[in-house]
Amino acid sequence: MKEYQTITEISGPLVFAEVDEPVGYDEMVEIETPQGETLRGQVLESSEGLVSIQVFEGTGGIDRNASVRFLGETMKMPVTEDLLGRVLDGSGNPIDGGPEIVPDDRVDIVGEAINPYSREYPEEFIQTGVSAIDGMNTLVRGQKLPIFSGSGLPHNELALQIARQASVPEEEGDDEEGSEFAVIFGAMGITQEEANEFMQDFERTGALERSVVFMNLADDPAVERQVTPRLVLTTAEYLAFEKGYHVLVILTDITNYCEALREIGAAREEVPGRRGYPGYMYTDLAQLYERAGRIEGNEGSVTQIPILTMPGDDDTHPIPDLTGYITEGQIVMDRDLNSQGIEPPVNVLPSLSRLMDDGIGEGLTREDHGDVSDQMYAAYAEGEDLRDLVNIVGREALSERDNKFLDFADRFETEFIQQGYDTNRSIEETLDLGWDLLSMLPKEALNRIDEELIEKYYREDEAETAEVEA
Amino acid sequence: MSQAEDIESVDEDGVIESVSGPVVTATDLDARMNDVVYVGDEGLMGEVIEIEGNLTTIQVYEETSGVGPGEPVENTGEPLSVDLGPGMLNAIYDGVQRPLDELEEKMGSAFLDRGVDAPGIDFEREWEFTASVAEGEIVEPGDVIGKVPETASITHKVMVPPNYEGGEITSIETGEFTVDEVIAELDSGEEITMHQEWPVRRARPSDEKETPTEPLVSGQRILDGLFPIAKGGTAAIPGPFGSGKTVTQHQLAKWADADIVVYVGCGERGNEMTEVIEDFPELEDPKTGKPLMSRTCLIANTSNMPVAARESCIYTGITIAEYFRDMGYDVALMADSTSRWAEAMREISSRLEEMPGEEGYPAYLAARLSEFYERAGKFQLINGEEGSISVIGAVSPPGGDFSEPVTQNTLRIVKTFWALDADLAERRHFPSINWNESYSLYRQQLDPWFRENVAEDWPERRQWGVDVLDEEGELQEIVQLVGKDALPEDQQLTLEVARYLREAWLQQNAFHDVDTYCEPEKTYRMLGAIKTFNDEAFDALEAGVPVEEIQDVDAAPQLNRMGVADDWNEFIDELESDLKEQIRALY
Ligand SMILES: Nc1ncnc2c1ncn2[C@@H]1O[C@H](COP(=O)(O)OP(=O)(O)OP(=O)(O)O)[C@@H](O)[C@H]1O
Ligand SMILES: [Mg+2]
Repeated sequence: MKEYQTITEISGPLVFAEVDEPVGYDEMVEIETPQGETLRGQVLESSEGLVSIQVFEGTGGIDRNASVRFLGETMKMPVTEDLLGRVLDGSGNPIDGGPEIVPDDRVDIVGEAINPYSREYPEEFIQTGVSAIDGMNTLVRGQKLPIFSGSGLPHNELALQIARQASVPEEEGDDEEGSEFAVIFGAMGITQEEANEFMQDFERTGALERSVVFMNLADDPAVERQVTPRLVLTTAEYLAFEKGYHVLVILTDITNYCEALREIGAAREEVPGRRGYPGYMYTDLAQLYERAGRIEGNEGSVTQIPILTMPGDDDTHPIPDLTGYITEGQIVMDRDLNSQGIEPPVNVLPSLSRLMDDGIGEGLTREDHGDVSDQMYAAYAEGEDLRDLVNIVGREALSERDNKFLDFADRFETEFIQQGYDTNRSIEETLDLGWDLLSMLPKEALNRIDEELIEKYYREDEAETAEVEA
Repeated sequence: MSQAEDIESVDEDGVIESVSGPVVTATDLDARMNDVVYVGDEGLMGEVIEIEGNLTTIQVYEETSGVGPGEPVENTGEPLSVDLGPGMLNAIYDGVQRPLDELEEKMGSAFLDRGVDAPGIDFEREWEFTASVAEGEIVEPGDVIGKVPETASITHKVMVPPNYEGGEITSIETGEFTVDEVIAELDSGEEITMHQEWPVRRARPSDEKETPTEPLVSGQRILDGLFPIAKGGTAAIPGPFGSGKTVTQHQLAKWADADIVVYVGCGERGNEMTEVIEDFPELEDPKTGKPLMSRTCLIANTSNMPVAARESCIYTGITIAEYFRDMGYDVALMADSTSRWAEAMREISSRLEEMPGEEGYPAYLAARLSEFYERAGKFQLINGEEGSISVIGAVSPPGGDFSEPVTQNTLRIVKTFWALDADLAERRHFPSINWNESYSLYRQQLDPWFRENVAEDWPERRQWGVDVLDEEGELQEIVQLVGKDALPEDQQLTLEVARYLREAWLQQNAFHDVDTYCEPEKTYRMLGAIKTFNDEAFDALEAGVPVEEIQDVDAAPQLNRMGVADDWNEFIDELESDLKEQIRALY
């Protein structure tokens, strides 16, 4: 391993060094400062005689006399099943005081793309116990379903609730032991306080035993955030596809990750794209999000719930926008619902689960699931529209039909969406609750539901109560 | 990808000078623009995209981690080409035509390794060739000399390659052959096999373009009914994320009455390609009853696969489409999404440090887009026959804002615009195609076909529907201010009719077994039933019946069930007579 003392330039997170032997693109680098500190980095560009290096821990303390070592390989994650129960920093070093990790294998963190031909289409329902998700935006194994949130909204509570409650309802007559469930949590630039919230919940519920935690906190180097999610996903792929686990990956906060990406782009003096983020941010994010899924003939699965806070609550901002273009839907948190005290404050209208259609229905959840969800969407959207009108003309000016839709929208929020972070509803409970509400509406208005299902599930008693109230 | 390794490398190897992501520069490489080269010790596939003095710039179709200066670059001396011949249907390729099933086998893993090549068609498999011309006949470029039953639904036609001279056939044989065996010889000395190679960036020749007069029937009511695309036409579907681009493209790939479908998944999700691979073999072509997969060729370069191959996958797709067009087929190509292709161009361009144009896209963006869509059309072929390529491109505008360069440059070229609308998608009105913003410039030239093949008054009935929807748009503005009940009764009734047009006719559930496909006759009759309701209702209103009573007749909500009705002819007959009876009973 050759060592150089040839640094020619230091700029932001980047270091440029002269070399007299070829160095591979993406290769790992160690830089030792005159103070004896060792920093790690990666080759961003390699030319004959000159390389540029991105330093994960930041370039503080490096000067021209620092020595540079090229490790001759790209970055690897040491993986083993023993990682379960461990807490690591954002570069993968244990910080829990536990024993040294003896790896089973060392895996390249960039990760190869799953051959689309080898994938298996995700269609196995995960019950999260949250009606807004299970009923309206169903999550399936192997899906990537982000939470679009805003600063100060309770996305962490929701993520924790999902991590706690997620289960796959037992299939009848299926008594063989299924694969085990594991959670991998990747924190990028969150505060110590938020991190504590997660850790305490993990410890309180005993979830830590089946979890691996990677922590890059707000005061940790920003450039390290480039690496953390890749370590997370490499570990997830290993546990899922080598060890057969069903892995749930929670990444928070993607916004901090993207800020780091922007910072490196700026330091490299790249031509910036929309709002200063690099033009390749779509590709870069896809290389994270596409590492979810199932593989044909393989037991395990990687399901991703990335969390991002939308700057200015704007979903056309490049971070949520590019994410939405890659992920298989999104769960959107809403500030108004939050201030009304709705828990979780999920606005289902802009939310979506694209893999829902194949994961629900007879034999999977329940025969009426698709129709009930469609109908509730339509009715809630109609009620929402009417709210604007009511503000202008008052309730009396509206027809009886319209008033029922208004009531529906209110109860939908306060009874169906509202449930609290400790209530775990089964899918039957969620759908029955849906019927309670839908039965406020006249049967003829249920135009998205199959007539036979209306006959079977429509609650005449609810309809009468609604009638009396009106 | 072509069997480039078969060709003796005549040129000197070059040496890598620098590596930056997918862009590699090399010195001392004797190459032409667009030559395919093998980069580094692992032989990663790349293409020459710039030559400046002794420095050659290469875009690499595989990951370049670990590749460094000093490693060799080998030139094949051949431009990026596809292998054409039997075996492309029912196949799934990556962006440079490597079969993904074969890569899985060769790599022995579900993950895409690098440095592995595989030809686009099977060189070992024998096909049953039946000659359709005899010795002594004169054949010219493009002429069909025989047939191969390629899949359950498609006969592959073996043609004299377009770059041949042609001449008298001196020998031709019927029998079982591999694609590289000579099946015919010409007096010009030329030998014909079932295998052609063609550089992807060059359009295959044709005679001239004709005006398309036949619709590409999609089985989607809003498309066939309001915004039809022609066989040989072009269409764009722009829309924000989650608005329905992919579902619409999949619907077209499933139900459009094309002979051949080339589906290019360009920089999108892996699971969406898996869905096609899993679903299509189980679906039947509504016309022929044959499995849909046997007319389909898939090209998948997902968002996490190398960005350079995203740039090339569009060309790979359109070249394959042209080859089937040359056999006289009607081909439909879907590209999802062309924005990812444009972004790949931008990414490569910025690594080349080219002068950026609007929003960082290279100045040649508009030219590339129009070159691509120009390869669509209804063609007079060089062999005198006709064939067509319809191209439908999804566009993914950042923030859903249609004023951005890719959408704008695309709209300048294409003749059908299906504008997806986030607001409709949010209220689960699918397909979320906005009927006010969308248009089709083919409408008039296709009307004669609809008159002749569906119903004489197709255009008039459509116009009635359009007028009602327009009126609704205007009335809605008033309703927003004063509420519906403040409107006069006839206007309330118009709103009710418009609601049925939207909910019963324009909406169509892609995931419902019956509703997913709607033949034009059914589209026409469903519209007719709503018009029957309209006509009867207005008569009743005139006779003094209050609008609530008319709206509340039992049969009216049944209009919403037409789409999912299996035996729709009977259902609509019955519904129309119920509507008449019940409404007339009110006065
Ligand atoms: N015709 C339809 N019938 C029923 N559902 C539909 C229809 N069109 C779209 N959808 C619903 O909308 C969702 C999103 O559609 P789709 O995946 O096609 O969006 P997209 O525009 O391709 O988004 P992206 O740009 O992110 O790829 C689908 O998963 C489905 O739930
Ligand atoms: Mg899509």
